[in-house]
Amino acid sequence: MTEHEHTKCQSLLVYLSEYVDGDLSRDLCDEIENHLAECRDCHVVMVTLRKTISLYHAAAAGQADVPGIVRERLFHTLDLDTYLRD
Amino acid sequence: MYKDKPEISLEALLAGNQAEFSRMVNTFSGSIYRMAVYMLADTADAEDVLQNTFLKAFQHLKEFEGRSHLSTWLYRIAANEALMMIRKRRPEVSRVDLQNQDQDDHDYTPVQLTDWCCLPEQELLSTESRAVLDQAVQRLPEILRIVFILRDLQGLSIQQTSQVLNLTGSAVKTRLLRARLRLREDLSGYFGQQVTGKAEKGMKHD
Repeated sequence: MTEHEHTKCQSLLVYLSEYVDGDLSRDLCDEIENHLAECRDCHVVMVTLRKTISLYHAAAAGQADVPGIVRERLFHTLDLDTYLRD
Repeated sequence: MYKDKPEISLEALLAGNQAEFSRMVNTFSGSIYRMAVYMLADTADAEDVLQNTFLKAFQHLKEFEGRSHLSTWLYRIAANEALMMIRKRRPEVSRVDLQNQDQDDHDYTPVQLTDWCCLPEQELLSTESRAVLDQAVQRLPEILRIVFILRDLQGLSIQQTSQVLNLTGSAVKTRLLRARLRLREDLSGYFGQQVTGKAEKGMKHD
């Protein structure tokens, strides 16, 4: 991190996850945004954190359902074969 | 992702209605299977977790008092099954302690400071990149991994995640932050190299 107000970077970092989720009060958001505007390193951490989360959301959205054979074995184990085609 | 819809009738389940139990399995098996695959990175182990979750749900249905959502209760059984599976794999770890271990401040210090958001989406979500994403999740300690999976990959709220894991909301938030920062470091290491590589290539062409 850069030399300026190093302690501020650390103290605001703990709020970054909630900031990215939009779960913080307006006051705290303003404080973070003022800091991000003047601190390039924290800005990079914030945008790459946001991108990291959005990539995982995108990857999770494309996850396949339970494979047919796995579902068949599950219904068999649970003695629910009769309902397999429902 | 996390909806008890169509509403499952607890009354019918308790009365031993098999069609209703089968509807419950159909409604929640996808989420539980995906959670287990993410947690264990092994489809055979994930299938065991899936089966054990519904077997235990069937056995203990009478103990479910309806104080939480059915999905929360099923996720709780599944999360415990997955953590037990991890313990079985590594018997030297006597137990995965979910209630403790919130004191690692080193996780909070970002090291990778390259902005890689400029990379095109098809590179960020290529097959190779997706493998990097999955590997990064596997490198998370179990107590962070389960929180990240429930919240960010399964779409549960902070409150729902805390109910599943029997943790306070603030413990969930702390672990989520630590998990996300670790993943950001890992991904920045990988994607940052691609940005640097492109910049070097560009300079050679100039």
